[in-house]
Amino acid sequence: MSAVLPTASIRVPRSGWAASHASVYNDKIVRQFSVMAVVWGVVSMLVGVFIAAQMAWPELNFGIAWLSFGRLRPLHTNAAIFAFGGCALFATSYYVVQRTCQVRVISDKLAAFHFWGWQAVIVAAAISLPMGFTRGKEYAELEWPIAILIALTWVAYAIVFFGTIGIRKVKHIYVANWFFGAFIIAVALLHIVNAAVVPAGWMKSYSAYAGVQDAMVQWWYGHNAVGFFLTAGFLGIVYYFIPKQAERPVYSYRLSIVHFWTLIFTYMWAGPHHLHYTALPDWTQSLGMVFSLILLAPSWGGMINGVMTLSGAWHKLRDDPIIRFMIVALSFYGMATFEGPMMSIKTVNALSHYTDWNIAHVHGGTLGWVGFISMGALYFMVPRLFGQPKMHSTKAIELHFWIATIGIVLYIAAMWIAGVMQGLMWRTINPDGSLTYTFVESVKATYPFYIVRFFGGTLYLIGMLVMAWNVTMTALAGKPSQTTIPTAIAHA
Amino acid sequence: MDVLFLLVPLSVLLGLAVLAVLAWAVWSGQFEDVESEGLRIFHEAPARPLQKSPDFCKLKSD
Repeated sequence: MSAVLPTASIRVPRSGWAASHASVYNDKIVRQFSVMAVVWGVVSMLVGVFIAAQMAWPELNFGIAWLSFGRLRPLHTNAAIFAFGGCALFATSYYVVQRTCQVRVISDKLAAFHFWGWQAVIVAAAISLPMGFTRGKEYAELEWPIAILIALTWVAYAIVFFGTIGIRKVKHIYVANWFFGAFIIAVALLHIVNAAVVPAGWMKSYSAYAGVQDAMVQWWYGHNAVGFFLTAGFLGIVYYFIPKQAERPVYSYRLSIVHFWTLIFTYMWAGPHHLHYTALPDWTQSLGMVFSLILLAPSWGGMINGVMTLSGAWHKLRDDPIIRFMIVALSFYGMATFEGPMMSIKTVNALSHYTDWNIAHVHGGTLGWVGFISMGALYFMVPRLFGQPKMHSTKAIELHFWIATIGIVLYIAAMWIAGVMQGLMWRTINPDGSLTYTFVESVKATYPFYIVRFFGGTLYLIGMLVMAWNVTMTALAGKPSQTTIPTAIAHA
Repeated sequence: MDVLFLLVPLSVLLGLAVLAVLAWAVWSGQFEDVESEGLRIFHEAPARPLQKSPDFCKLKSD
């Protein structure tokens, strides 16, 4: 065998080809997830724009069941969170865990199963949701066969991620990996508990829980999906890609450790704030409210840590649109993690619940925080993954940033105004105690704001299309690259 | 509120597991010398283009 003999500390796969390539990272999996993140980003935003149009112009249902709003909304949410957000998280976590552990992923085969399994889940969602198969649970609509596939794929991901950490050549586990690890474990727990059902047919099932107890399990899941999928995972991205792009270390590594432990402890308790003034017991509602308020502290600690990493290099914001995406992402993160606790206060919630204020809050967090940090990280990785010194067009990144930012501002401003207006209209009473407005009057009053939101969302989609073009041009001009793993054993 | 019989023990177990992981991290020296650990990510090899296919074919026949 003429294969390169690896050192004893590198895990040796059996085949000669694989053994000699254990000296480089597996970036094929990173490339695959990065490309699909961009693809699903466009798809999920397109569905979002379409359903936003349907809210303003319901004729766009066309009388066709599988184009109806009720069926397409979960397609949008699932695609945006799990297809776009998921692929961005998988691409970045595989990129980061290999480089910070200085070792190739423990199993190329399981990583490949993770990739193809996840794409199969997305395709199954794209088919089953418009067909009307749904469990009716928000962000957990997919029926039980798909839920099983999600679980299998997730187990593969967990084995690869934690296994790779287990064979690391660096003793210290870089802080980003703690965030990725917590995200993986939490999502596994959440999915298994909330997907517990009694099947009643191939695509039909009944929840193992019932009534307000089912609601509690659902919103324990739902809020922790936000806290661990959409927050902890993306904070992992922040703690690696912002220092790398800014070329400065994390502002306070100590704070990042404290941030991690306080955040993951507090998030688990916030779920009841989705169920204020429902049949959920008062004490549970209050518990959710209090922990949601406490959550402000660790969230802002993380935001400050990320933003202050630019300390002494603020000029980079002027010249580098990629760092701008990342820092503005953190600004939106700070905004959303202030707004969220405020909306968790019962008296505020009495106004905001069931209104479009929730939509404003969600989209500031998703478009602003999750979207922008994913885009920043993808713009960092893509040139490197294709052996290019930089993205095909820096001007296009600038254009993307400004179009998307204006889009977000239009979106959330429209929904804030609509939401507060709805809340106020619904609670206005006449001197004799009767309601002043009918519900349909509030719908009519919201109409112009649905149109503005549609325009805002369209701008955000256009920005994503600019990114897709830029990424395509970069990939076509370059070739898949490889990165050699350092051979010196680096211990703390 | 019967679901509490599931959620409370589960949460306590989870809390204990989290504490155990924190204890492991502290005791195994994960948090010694954090300043230099933050700088470690800057010592990485650059990416270079993948080797061409002839090498692949040669290795496959080994």
